[in-house]
Amino acid sequence: MSGKHVAKNQPSSFAFTDENKKKIEEVLKKYPENKRKSAVMPLLYIAQRQNNNWIPLAAIQLISDMLGVTYIKVYEVATFYTMYNLAPVGKYFVQVCTTTPCMIRGSGKVVEVCKKHISEKQGHLNKELDSSWIEVECLGACVNAPMVQINDDYFEDLNAEKAEAIIKGFKEGKLPNIGSQSGRKGSEPIQNRTTLLKKNA
Amino acid sequence: MPKVTVDGIEVEVESGSTVLQACEAAGKEIPRFCYHERLSIAGNCRMCLVEMEKSPKPVASCAMPVMDGQVIKTNTPMVKKAREGVMEFLLINHPLDCPICDQGGECDLQDQAFNYGGGRSRYELNKRSVDQKYMGPLIKTHMNRCIHCTRCVRFSEEVAGVSEIGAINRGENMEITTFLENTIESEMSGNVIDLCPVGALTSKPYSYEARPWELNKVETIDVMDAVGSNIRMDSKGWEVKRVLPSINDEINEEWISDKTRYACDGLLNNRIDTPFIKKDGEFKEASWKEALNFINQNLENKKTFGGLVGQLVDLETSYAFKKLFKNVFNSELVDFRQKDILFDTSNTFNFKFNTTISKIDEADFILLVGANPRLEATIISSRIRKAVKSGCKVFSIGDPGDQHYKFKVIGNNISILDDLLFSNISESKLLKEAKNPVIIIGESVLKSEISKNVISSVQTLLKDINKLDGFNILHQSASNAGSLILGLQTENLQKVYDADVLYLLNADEVNIDKKNNQFIIYQGSHGGENSRIADVILPSAAYSEKNGSFVNLEGRVQRSYKASYPPGFAKEDFEIFNDIAKNKGSNHNYVSFDSLREEMINEHKLLGIYDEIQPSDIENLKIEKHIKKDHLIEINNIDYYQTNIVARSSKTMDECKSVKQQPRKTGTEN
Repeated sequence: MSGKHVAKNQPSSFAFTDENKKKIEEVLKKYPENKRKSAVMPLLYIAQRQNNNWIPLAAIQLISDMLGVTYIKVYEVATFYTMYNLAPVGKYFVQVCTTTPCMIRGSGKVVEVCKKHISEKQGHLNKELDSSWIEVECLGACVNAPMVQINDDYFEDLNAEKAEAIIKGFKEGKLPNIGSQSGRKGSEPIQNRTTLLKKNA
Repeated sequence: MPKVTVDGIEVEVESGSTVLQACEAAGKEIPRFCYHERLSIAGNCRMCLVEMEKSPKPVASCAMPVMDGQVIKTNTPMVKKAREGVMEFLLINHPLDCPICDQGGECDLQDQAFNYGGGRSRYELNKRSVDQKYMGPLIKTHMNRCIHCTRCVRFSEEVAGVSEIGAINRGENMEITTFLENTIESEMSGNVIDLCPVGALTSKPYSYEARPWELNKVETIDVMDAVGSNIRMDSKGWEVKRVLPSINDEINEEWISDKTRYACDGLLNNRIDTPFIKKDGEFKEASWKEALNFINQNLENKKTFGGLVGQLVDLETSYAFKKLFKNVFNSELVDFRQKDILFDTSNTFNFKFNTTISKIDEADFILLVGANPRLEATIISSRIRKAVKSGCKVFSIGDPGDQHYKFKVIGNNISILDDLLFSNISESKLLKEAKNPVIIIGESVLKSEISKNVISSVQTLLKDINKLDGFNILHQSASNAGSLILGLQTENLQKVYDADVLYLLNADEVNIDKKNNQFIIYQGSHGGENSRIADVILPSAAYSEKNGSFVNLEGRVQRSYKASYPPGFAKEDFEIFNDIAKNKGSNHNYVSFDSLREEMINEHKLLGIYDEIQPSDIENLKIEKHIKKDHLIEINNIDYYQTNIVARSSKTMDECKSVKQQPRKTGTEN
């Protein structure tokens, strides 16, 4: 989480696309007129989606003006939640889970791989400016630990080699199938099924 | 009302209060950091933990509502252990820099760590470090010391009305800051310094100036505006080091405006400490004797004498000044108005803030007529904000600019008052239905040509709905109301300015067009534009260097006390009057300040009743016949940080002004 920082180079302005403006209209309809400021989170999310997965300060100001709240209020929300990025992230944005189950199963090695193949410091773009990585808290896939999230997808059952292969792969523009990388399906037992073996039990 | 037992003492408290309040009612002290009587409840410091019967865990007393039959214990081992634990956590990241911290000696954390802490630290890892934040020229930050009580955040949102301070990031990385470290756009921002229970937010001008135990503390009142906020002046030797609010629920609660708090360094700069005589267009230092003789020589063959009382002059001095003119110069031409303005003095009701400051909270309809409360009387603005929060609607005739609360401008012509009266516009219905309407008239619409008309229109309007109490005049300077009571409003102001001898008593706000042969005496504490055109300058004590009394805009008489002493050869004003009279061969003389005060009170009985508001004689109020009039309202521009001579002499105020003029950061630079 300490990887979160606010970008120094900020675009001078930000405007929603027409398509997103329509989306925002839909979002605002869900809230009563006097509770419109509650729409701050979906709006930040729309802004992040539009702007290559990060939110510039200009967008924060635009959203505060749209909702009629002060800048600091939106800024507080944007800095509080780890899933809002306030600095540019790579086209391939790797989030490595380092919470206890993943840590026990070897997420430290995955972190080492990221440091070696992406960038030394988390939250910073690599030299080719196509990828970045951060450590995150539990992403809820503990059964298949250790795991990483790349953009919107989970890649599970990793070890150092598999993680390295994935990173090398996306640098060439290919990602493996999402989910477990050990060949098992979903979260089934790793040595095949051990229960419900008899058909008519 | 629920009954609660605290440490075996049974107390009855109002329903809706908290366990902490019940404990206080029982006389038990509960340590706290985040809880503050005048702010919303946050419950995030956990210092106020107490034991409650039937609860397995200690409860945060500030956020726990009282219930009938609760049994609270505040002195059990469990409570002691809980407090020690909370304190240990708070101190984990708090630096041990009390010896160089400005809060040292008056720090809540220091005191409570001493009283309730464990006594030693078990933490051996690195403390977290946080960058300093810029919050403008008034507030110095040491964010390492912050314990995240969020009092400042709640104050800026709830009281100041500028939600500009916030807590960013989360968990261990949480930091208090303003958006992009902008200056706080509020005239009340200094209060966060008092609210901060640690040394995270401290006063920038006062930094490293003094220790609290070295200071001489005097409870007095403020003269930067006409509100009469209660303050405490802390001085070390001659220097007034700082000004803090003291609590008065009738007036300023426990807030003061930034000008009140920070203009005090103006008392040290630009002072006149010896008499000056102008010879061949140049000022020469002189002794008192030379100066008085010089005055005497120049007064010969002069026929008319005019006196002008400044903004910061106390009642006693104004009274003695008037008597000096009457007894020695044989003149009645003493006035206090430094701009084109006319008050109706036929009844004290006509120039007072009759709603009274504390009752603004209850208002449900407020109409500003040519007033800008935010800059003219910041404390009143915060009261209006309070009313707005409980549902009051605010309208304004004339646009005063941002007030930090929502209001609607319904025009900029005084004819709107007639429209309201004859129900021509929708707002008149609101006014008629209002239970506690308040109409506030600013000085901008009291220009001599429209003054009478505005006063009579507003009074007719309020009389119509039988709510005459809602008639208010918003004065801008501390000496206004007192001068009006003393009868210092002459019929023809120009006569005063055109007199052969013009005696300026600390009056520096008006441009004097000096005539040939006109002899100008400037008596005051600070040098300003008008001291430059004077022929002789007499040094006098500033308001903080003598006793006195002031009438605030509600008509409340309050005493101010001596916190320091005049510099150099400066004397108290009435002593100078004595000298002038003596030198002129008159026997006009006040033996002491007390005898002067006594004589004044004998003549004006009401000025002897302190700290109370005397009701006006409404029954005999004559409301002038109302004449329809068209006149555009222009609200005078107020240079908030430079309104009086002390503020103009203050470096801090100067800095505030220059910061305000810089464009704000937008976040899109680089």
